[in-house]
Amino acid sequence: MTCLHGRHAEPLLFRGLTGDNWTLADYVSRGGYEQFKRILAERMPRERIIDEVRASGLRGRGGAGFPTAVKWGFMPKDHPGQMYLICNADESEPGTFKDRDILRYNPHAVIEGMLIAAYAMGITAGYIYIHGEIWAVYEQFGEAIRQAREAGLIGRDLQGSGFDFELHAFHGYGAYICGEETALLESMEGKRGQPRFKPPFPATNGLYGQPTTINNVETLAYVPFIMAMGGDAYAALGRNNCPGTKIFCLSGDVARPGNYEVPLGISFPELLELAGGMKDGLAMKAVIPGGSSSPVLPAETMMQLNMDYDSIAKAGSMLGTGGVIVLNETRCMVKALLNLSRFYWNESCGQCTPCREGTGWLVSLIERIENGQGKTEDLDLLDNVAANIMGRTICALGDAAAMPVRSFIKHFRAEFEYHIEHKRCPEASGPRE
Amino acid sequence: MLLSEESYRKIDRELEKFPPTKKRSAAIAALTVAQDEKGWLSPDVIKEVANYLGLPAIAVGEVASFYSMFNTSPVGKYKIAVCSNLPCEMTGSDQAAAYLRQKLGIEFGETTPDGLFTLVASECMGACGDGPVIMVNNKNMHMRMTNDKIDRLLEELKQ
Ligand SMILES: NC(=O)C1=CN([C@@H]2O[C@H](COP(=O)(O)OP(=O)(O)OC[C@H]3O[C@@H](n4cnc5c(N)ncnc54)[C@H](O)[C@@H]3O)[C@@H](O)[C@H]2O)C=CC1
Ligand SMILES: Cc1cc2nc3c(=O)[nH]c(=O)nc-3n(C[C@H](O)[C@H](O)[C@H](O)COP(=O)(O)O)c2cc1C
Ligand code: SF4
Ligand code: FES
Repeated sequence: MTCLHGRHAEPLLFRGLTGDNWTLADYVSRGGYEQFKRILAERMPRERIIDEVRASGLRGRGGAGFPTAVKWGFMPKDHPGQMYLICNADESEPGTFKDRDILRYNPHAVIEGMLIAAYAMGITAGYIYIHGEIWAVYEQFGEAIRQAREAGLIGRDLQGSGFDFELHAFHGYGAYICGEETALLESMEGKRGQPRFKPPFPATNGLYGQPTTINNVETLAYVPFIMAMGGDAYAALGRNNCPGTKIFCLSGDVARPGNYEVPLGISFPELLELAGGMKDGLAMKAVIPGGSSSPVLPAETMMQLNMDYDSIAKAGSMLGTGGVIVLNETRCMVKALLNLSRFYWNESCGQCTPCREGTGWLVSLIERIENGQGKTEDLDLLDNVAANIMGRTICALGDAAAMPVRSFIKHFRAEFEYHIEHKRCPEASGPRE
Repeated sequence: MLLSEESYRKIDRELEKFPPTKKRSAAIAALTVAQDEKGWLSPDVIKEVANYLGLPAIAVGEVASFYSMFNTSPVGKYKIAVCSNLPCEMTGSDQAAAYLRQKLGIEFGETTPDGLFTLVASECMGACGDGPVIMVNNKNMHMRMTNDKIDRLLEELKQ
């Protein structure tokens, strides 16, 4: 129940939610489905919806931050065959746990967002791909779909408008890589989840070879709110010229881990304060600001930063998914990196040699250093192996494995050197003697 | 008829989600239904699912081996998966895992002699604010697992 702490700064998606009031009737009493019904009643031109989303400044909340209106604009205008809309709910990047809460607490906002997006692109069939590990959420979402269908919001000739939209829930079964959009498509086609080369992008060659738009849960869930308040008003919710709101997931050594819905561009110290500051009053050492694949930043850098795409990119990392992992002064950075690297090694789909072999090398080198058997030249070797993965793979998992390594060495080299020189881990959190 | 009537009906409902020519899309869901009934996916079960979907057994077998929540060898009555990723590790998932190993007397990947419990390490379940996170039989997630809560959970499962 991480999101019900009532400490969101500007809640839209999470306003007034208790965990029980997720049903269609509750959503309708909060003004839900009014936007979709208005669009149908007015037969709103598609372009107007895309314009509103453009004005909102909404960027993909799945991590890549691609402008949503631009992506929607890539879909063909008069495709003769079927086109698809897919909501990506495969969230499994360590440190990221917002989509699960959105789906649990406000599933109909996601459905209405999908309806509006589908209308705007002229799409009549959609799926939501839900991470297999959150089975209860998958079942609850199935119930939400049934409720919407019974209320005439999913199916044929919706509200007598002539617009059709069919929606089904699909579940994964334990593969992080299936969150990558083309692996997701393979998985939905009943195959192993191995990414495809891009281009062609899904907008031209998606599910069953048909034009497909894939958007993250959070991206779609904001669409009804943007239509209700207008794109400009939504954009104005952000701070320091950053448009809109964002959900940040705080985990690690903070007093109150959880999801916080705040203005984009909020300062990091303010966000940390919402999460109750540091747990047990310990000092902060480092922060991974955008999910486990984003480069780590030292505490001093973080405390000066605003939480938006450009500020974090300028500091050498990325906003990514908004999964903020906070590490205190007692954490061993070598041990933390070892954990991250093992994850990417386990989750590599094995198609590309640099990723398959490289992630294994990274793990064995870091393991050696953490266990006090590292050699001085290992640090450069480590950086080198990581550098050689980057940009040489089919999908971004290769980069995701390499970026943490390079940033940990860059900012915390002294800790790695200490392990090598003293042949042991200095921190309490490291391996026990 | 290797599976129960009910399981075939569930698979039929999954098939309705896809265009009639795209039965393969139901492979993950159909294997899940079969595993829920049988506990694990033996080669015979995989072949049966493939037949039912009109696919080569190898195509379905490849799916069963790719996705980590499928059991391609027998497991205990309860499969306990412990999330091992960084945010969970920072909340003590390795202590939770050590406690489970000690209590059950088995290592990761092993099953207790009474056939009741299998212990496996797993990856992020999207609940990183509430670690340590463990999951029972792929369906029931338990969060903030202290030793006490682990004791109670194991007691409940043994009932
Ligand atoms: N939410 C999660 O659990 C995770 C998120 N990520 C995030 O994923 C990001 C990488 O995602 P990718 O999809 O590889 O990024 P990408 O930059 O390739 O694509 C972003 C989106 O824009 C679309 N797009 C980009 N250029 C296009 C063009 N010319 N024509 C048509 N469509 C175009 C793509 O189809 C895609 O939907 C990372 O930055 C990371 O933060 C990574 C791991 C897990
Ligand atoms: C390895 C990998 C895993 C990913 N996992 C997810 C995910 O779980 N959820 C998600 O929305 N996007 C994920 N993405 C990003 C998607 O490929 C895609 O960019 C996103 O779904 C597009 O939606 P958006 O534009 O709304 O962000 C992942 C990317 C990579 C490289
Ligand atoms: S980079 Fe890794 S995960 Fe991505 S396609 Fe290549 S091997 Fe698979
Ligand atoms: S790290 Fe354990 S649930 Fe995400």
